[in-house]
Amino acid sequence: MIAELGNFSLILALAMACIQSFFPIVGASQGNQTWMSLARPVARLQFLFVLIAFVLLVYLFLVNDFSIAYVANNSNTLLPWFYRFSAVWGAHEGSLLLWVLILNIWTIAVTFFSRRLPEYFLSRVIGVMGAISIGFLMFMLFTSNPFTRLFPVPLDGADLNPLLQDPGLIIHPPVLYMGYVGFSVAFSFAIAALLAGNLDTTWARWSRPWTLLAWIFLTLGIALGSWWAYYELGWGGWWFWDPVENASFMPWLIGTALIHSLAATDKRGIFKNWTILLAICAFALSLLGTFLVRSGVITSVHAFATDPTRGIFILALLGFFVGGSLVLYAINAPSTERGGKFKLLSRETFLLLNSILFLVAMLTVLLGTIYPLIIEALDLGKLSVGPPYFNAVFVPIMSPLIIFVGLAVITKWKQDNFQKILKQLRILLVSSLLVGTCIGLIFFTNNQFKSIAGIVAALWISSTTIYSLFIKIKNKKNKLAALMIIPRSFYGMLIAHIGFAVCIVGITITSQHSIDVHKRMKINDTVEFADYKFYLKDLKTLSGPNYKATEAVVNVIKNEKLITTLRSQKRMYTVRNMPMTEAGIDAGFTRDIYMALGEPLDDDSWSIRLYHKPFVRWIWLGAILMALGGVLAITDRRYRLEKITKKAPSISNEAISTIK
Amino acid sequence: MTPRKKRILVVCMMIAGISVAALLILTAFEKNLMYFYSPTEIINGEAPQSRSFRIGGLVVSDTVIRNPDDLKVSFVLTDTVHEIKVIYDGILPDLFREGQGIVANGKLKSENVFVADEVLAKHDENYMPPEVADALEKAGVNMPYKNNKSTR
Repeated sequence: MIAELGNFSLILALAMACIQSFFPIVGASQGNQTWMSLARPVARLQFLFVLIAFVLLVYLFLVNDFSIAYVANNSNTLLPWFYRFSAVWGAHEGSLLLWVLILNIWTIAVTFFSRRLPEYFLSRVIGVMGAISIGFLMFMLFTSNPFTRLFPVPLDGADLNPLLQDPGLIIHPPVLYMGYVGFSVAFSFAIAALLAGNLDTTWARWSRPWTLLAWIFLTLGIALGSWWAYYELGWGGWWFWDPVENASFMPWLIGTALIHSLAATDKRGIFKNWTILLAICAFALSLLGTFLVRSGVITSVHAFATDPTRGIFILALLGFFVGGSLVLYAINAPSTERGGKFKLLSRETFLLLNSILFLVAMLTVLLGTIYPLIIEALDLGKLSVGPPYFNAVFVPIMSPLIIFVGLAVITKWKQDNFQKILKQLRILLVSSLLVGTCIGLIFFTNNQFKSIAGIVAALWISSTTIYSLFIKIKNKKNKLAALMIIPRSFYGMLIAHIGFAVCIVGITITSQHSIDVHKRMKINDTVEFADYKFYLKDLKTLSGPNYKATEAVVNVIKNEKLITTLRSQKRMYTVRNMPMTEAGIDAGFTRDIYMALGEPLDDDSWSIRLYHKPFVRWIWLGAILMALGGVLAITDRRYRLEKITKKAPSISNEAISTIK
Repeated sequence: MTPRKKRILVVCMMIAGISVAALLILTAFEKNLMYFYSPTEIINGEAPQSRSFRIGGLVVSDTVIRNPDDLKVSFVLTDTVHEIKVIYDGILPDLFREGQGIVANGKLKSENVFVADEVLAKHDENYMPPEVADALEKAGVNMPYKNNKSTR
C-alpha cells in the first residue's frame, strides 16, 4: 500500500512537472499573467509530492519491507538503522529519486528567494526546471522505479554494498547531488534569458549567488568523495581519475570557469555569450555525469547492476537538453557583444584566459574519460586510459592558470599598466621563488624540482592575493575601517584563492613524498618505516552487526616514544560474503600515518600496507577553504540589496518580452 | 585596442591554447593508452611485447602460490581456452579469489608469463569485469553475467 502511494505520488509529481513547465513558459511568452502565476504554487506542489515519495521510500527501508525489489536488493534486517536510511540512495533507483528531490529543493528555493525577480523571468526559470524534472521523473517511472514490487517476497534483503556502509555515504551523495543538480538553476537562468531574448546583464547578477551555491556544494561533495575513497578503499589514494570522479570533476571545472565569467558579465557586461555557453555546458556535464555513472557503460564502485535502456534514456535526455539549448542559443544569442571595452592587460583578459584554461582542462578530462567508450562502441578494441595521462596533461594546463591567478587579482578592470604591475609584483615573485626554493631544499631530498614548483606556486597565489587586500587599504587613513568596508565577496575571493594554494601544497607534497611499504607481519613483528617503528601488538577477532572482522592493533613508535595506536580491520560482510578493509589512520596537520590490513597468509601472518602521507589533509582543507570563500561571497550585501533596487528595469524587460 | 583586434587576439589565444593542449594530450594519450588482451590473444602473439597492457580472465583454482618470505605471488589466468601465468609483488585486492574474474595491468615477461603492476577485482561478488565477460564469451563460454546484470 505504502509503495503504491509512493508510486502514485511520483505520477502526481510528473503531472505537476508538466503543468509547471508548460503554462509558465508559454504564459511568459504570451504575457498571460494567470498562466505565469501558476509557476510558484505548482512547483511547490511538485516538491511536496516528490518529498512524499521520498519519505515513503525511507519508511519502507526503515521497516524492512522486502516486498519492494529496491529495498530487498539494498538492505537487510541486520543493517543498522542509519545505514538503512542512507541505503535509500545507495543504488540506482533511490539515488535518482534523490536527484529529483534535490532538483525540487532547488526549484522551491528559487520560488522563495527570488521574489524580486520579474514575473516573466521567474516563470521561465521555474518552467525550465520543471522540464528537467519531467525528464527525470519519466526516466524513474519508466526504467527505474524504486517502488517496484518483488515476488516472491524474500525473507531477508541482500544487504547494502559493504563499501557503502560508512558515514561518508550518508553525506557524500546528497552534497554532491546538491552541486550537480544545482547547476540546473544556472542553466535555467541562462535558458530563461535566452527565451526572453534580451540578454542584458541582469540575469548574470541574479544567477550568480545560485551558481556559487551549487559550486560550493560540488566542491564539498568532491572533497568528501575523495576523503571517503581515501579511508574506505584502503589504498591510501585520494584521487584515481576514475571515470566517476571525472564525471563530477568536469562540471566543477566548468562551474569554476562559470563563476568567474559570471563575475565579469555582472560587473562589466562582457562575455555574455561565453557565460551562457558555460552555464549550458556545466549542466550538460552534470547530465553527462549522470549518464556515465548510471548507464553502466563504465565500471566502477558507483556503477550498479545496470540496464542498457537506462543509458539510452539518459543519452536521449542529454541530447534533448543540450541540443535544445544550443539551438535556442543559435537563434537568440546576441550577435554583437555590446559590453564594456577592455585592453589586453586587464582583469577581463585574465578572467577570459581562466575560462579558456578551465575549458581546455575539462576537454582533456572528457577525452580521457569517454575515448575508451567511443572506441568500444565502434568495436575497435578495448582499452583504458591510465591515470598518468591525466597527470601528464593536467599539470601543464594548470600551470599558466596559477600564474594568471596571481596577476588577475592585482590587475585592474578595463586596463592596467604593465610597468606598474611589474613593479608591484617583482618582490612577491622573487620572494616566492626564493622562499619556495629554500623550503624545498631544506625539507626534501628527493623530487625537489616538482616540490619546489608546487610550493612556489602556492606562495605566489597566496602572496599576490593578500597583496591585493593590502592595495585596497594602503592609502586609507583608518586601515581597520577600510577593512570593514571591503565587501564580503572580496574576502570570499581571498579565502577561496588561498584555499586553492593550500590544495596545491597538499597535492604536490602528497604525490611527491608519500611513501608506502607492503609487509608480511605476524604478532610481535616490528617494521621500521619512515622514521617510525610499527609494532604489531595484537590480532583480534570481532563481530559487528552484519560482519565478522579481524582487527590488527599496531603501535607506532618514534624515538622510543609511543605516537599512536592504529587499528585496522578486515571485515567479512556475511550476507554478501564480501570482504572490506577499514584502514587505521592517524591524521595530522602535516602528515597521516595509514595502516591497512591486506590478506591473511598461510602461516598466521598478514600482509599489511603502511603509508606515510605528508600534507594529505591540506587537499581537503583547501577544498573547505574554497567552499568557505564561496559562502562569504554569497552572503555579500549586494545580492540582498539587488533584489530591492532592481525593480525598475524589470518593467521595461517585461514590456519588451510582451512585444516579442 | 579596437574590438576587431581584440577579437583576433582572443581567437589567437584560443588557438594557441588549444594547440598546446592538443599536443600535450596526444603525446600523453599515446603513451598511456592501455589495450586489453585476453589470454588467447596473448598466446596468439597479438599483445605488445614491450609496452604495458591489461589482461583479464578467471583465476584458475589451486594455482595461487605465495612466496613464504615476502608478498610475491603467482597465479594462472584463463579464458577457458588458454592460460597465462601472472606474477605479482604486493597485496591482492579484497575480492581476489580463485574462480573470480580479475583484471591486471602490466607487461609480458615471456611468451606466457605476465608481470602485473596492479591487480584489480571489483567490489561486488556477482560482478564480472566487462572485459573479462567479453573475453570469456569470445572463448565460447555461455555468460550468465551478460550486461553485468546482477544475478540476484
